[in-house]
Amino acid sequence: MKNTLRWAAMALGLGLWLGFGGAGLAQDEAPSTPTPPPAPVSAANTTTADHSKFEILQQQFASGPEVTAACLSCHTEADDQVMHSIHFQWEYESESGQLLGKSNVINAFCGNVAGNEPRCTSCHAGYGWDDMSSPPPQQSTAVDCLACHDRSGQYTKSATGAGHPPLDPVKPGTQTITGAPAWAVDLTSAAQSVGMPGRENCGNCHFYGGGGDNVKHGDLSSVLFNPPLAVDVHMSPEGENFTCSTCHVSDQHQWAGSRYDVAATDHPDIKPGAGRDTASCESCHSETPHPNTLMGMKINDHVDVVACQTCHIPEFARGGVATKTVWDWSTAGRLDADGKQIHEENFIQSDGAALHTYLSTKGDFEWGENVEPIYAWFDGHVEYTTGDQTIDPAAVVEVNRIHGEAGDGESRIWPFKRMEGRQAYDSVNNRLAYSHVWGPTTDTAFWTNFDWSKAIEAGMKAAGAEYSGEFGFVDTHMYWPITHMVAPAEDAMDCAECHADDSRLAGLDGIYMPGTQSMSVVGMLGRLMVLAALAGVIGHGLIRLVTRRKGGSHE
Amino acid sequence: MSKRQVKVYPRFERLWHWMQVVLITTLAITGFGMNGVHGLLPFGATVMLHTMAALVLIGLWIFATFWLFTTGTWKQFIPRIEGMFAVARFYAFGVFKGEEHPYEKKFWRKHNPLQAATYFVIKWTVFPAVWITGLLYLSYNFWEPMPNSGFWLPIVANLHLIAAYVVVTFVIVHVYLLTVGHGFRHHVKPMLSGFDEVDLTPEQEAYLEQNEPWRLKG
Repeated sequence: MKNTLRWAAMALGLGLWLGFGGAGLAQDEAPSTPTPPPAPVSAANTTTADHSKFEILQQQFASGPEVTAACLSCHTEADDQVMHSIHFQWEYESESGQLLGKSNVINAFCGNVAGNEPRCTSCHAGYGWDDMSSPPPQQSTAVDCLACHDRSGQYTKSATGAGHPPLDPVKPGTQTITGAPAWAVDLTSAAQSVGMPGRENCGNCHFYGGGGDNVKHGDLSSVLFNPPLAVDVHMSPEGENFTCSTCHVSDQHQWAGSRYDVAATDHPDIKPGAGRDTASCESCHSETPHPNTLMGMKINDHVDVVACQTCHIPEFARGGVATKTVWDWSTAGRLDADGKQIHEENFIQSDGAALHTYLSTKGDFEWGENVEPIYAWFDGHVEYTTGDQTIDPAAVVEVNRIHGEAGDGESRIWPFKRMEGRQAYDSVNNRLAYSHVWGPTTDTAFWTNFDWSKAIEAGMKAAGAEYSGEFGFVDTHMYWPITHMVAPAEDAMDCAECHADDSRLAGLDGIYMPGTQSMSVVGMLGRLMVLAALAGVIGHGLIRLVTRRKGGSHE
Repeated sequence: MSKRQVKVYPRFERLWHWMQVVLITTLAITGFGMNGVHGLLPFGATVMLHTMAALVLIGLWIFATFWLFTTGTWKQFIPRIEGMFAVARFYAFGVFKGEEHPYEKKFWRKHNPLQAATYFVIKWTVFPAVWITGLLYLSYNFWEPMPNSGFWLPIVANLHLIAAYVVVTFVIVHVYLLTVGHGFRHHVKPMLSGFDEVDLTPEQEAYLEQNEPWRLKG
């Protein structure tokens, strides 16, 4: 019963949020009485400490950092550990030496963090990072323990507060990181509630990446707060009821399974009791997950070249929350006759919600539900078109490039969401442009003044990039590996989705697949041979008929 | 010489033949289904049916080979040039002129010379090509780690495919030739009952009557 109430409330909150989805960051809608969601139900409680009994937590905290200071009085190494994690650094050096991570890359959504800090850094696992040209704040209390460890359910971060929570008195119009009207966070009850991260802790940022529910990933949406079994067998309460960290295991606050560092192929040690350090399917299911039947063995034969996700996530954005599939920035800035912002809501989600398809602030969008992924060989390595790389504006620019090929021993065929974008670039230097979109008080922010030349100039300056002063818009593709929303086994992709002439894998290099080349040269030769034999015997028979003789006899 | 009803196809040989009919038909239908020629069956079930039928057929062939050599029947399948031209000429011309089939069935030659030669070639080239490439195809994951396995896989698969088409071509001609001579029913009957009319030498007749009376009817 308690559970039902809780989810009803969550759904209500979600409905409220969706109502505001179209507004993006508009600050004119005032909610009646913003209410925090109820406390989530934690899974198995394995702790031996009740934090509400700790004296240091029995005080009135005036800010997030004050709570962190209290945490660190016992958890002496936590700040150092968190500060070295990608959650805090927003920086990742790839195998090929590219400096990636949120603080560096340009994406096909809001583009870039630089210049838009207090907004984008609202989801930083820290407090007060308001300038991307400097590293995140270095004082130990800049770490946000509660974002991940609050179990009271009412801790949140303000959408534009560089990571700080909304505190009493909350300025009217303030939103939380999920787009809900903000309430005043009670830091004391949050501090006394701490525990291991639940899905709400992760989801409040990761389900809303790109500016709204499921906008970015396609396989990470608010549906995963309480998914039906058909949407996610691992996270559904009817299934395994996993939290995120059941798979994304951690060691000293470093998480396995970053999108920047994917284990595309895993050869795990699954002996009983063996530790896991990879967020891969194989780390639990082994490399021979199917039963020891003829069919099971045949399917196991696929595992070396086909990622589990490819068959077991036939579609993403399932469960009733759509994902953004096209974002055309070039049409942004159109205003109506009165100079007011335009918004159109022409996509009706399966739950009835109307999603924005045009916003003056962001341009045109398309959405998709139950989207069929595209497929590519993937070795886990992704290279980005960073702001210093030269692009060819005549072609579609790959914002990130999926590495891997058949037969390299590391790559497998993986599913991806392909985000199609049209975004700004420096048309003289032929480089993707950074833009300054958020800034209610600046005269350069696009969302305030709708002037691309000022917005790009300010964005390039914030990112420390050279800018010619000329800009244009270029078509882009960005790829997101699909790995969540694993369907029940009986809903796994049918063989014929790939083993057919109109295969989902059509066009993929380096594969020979039965069923895909029935019209090959050898196939045609074979047909000719059979036809010739038929023609031969029919001809032979006809001549026998015409000569009216049954043919020789022994008599 | 006297014509007698002689058991030329003992029980195992008939079982062998009709199991081949069922299994090869199954393999052809499922195989061409997997190849994408038709979509009558779901792919996964097709793969299972094809694999199981293939394994049973290989098992059957192992039994048959053993049987051929222990019973001496293998000699029936050794091709001889003698009489072959006459049979070929008959199919090409004589059959249209109402000539008699030049071949007389003998106890130790139950196939006509062209038939024996065809079976010999099929047993030594087409069938091995089918099962060797088939087993290689089936066991791809075992040899996949070898260098250039990606190069060899399509070759193995296409050899398997073309061999399968040759088998289908054989079946078409095989079935058609049953209608030539005494006619379809007369030709199929021995493969059902085991008995066919054979010219026996007096020595053969005496031997069979004395030692293998079950081979003779009437």
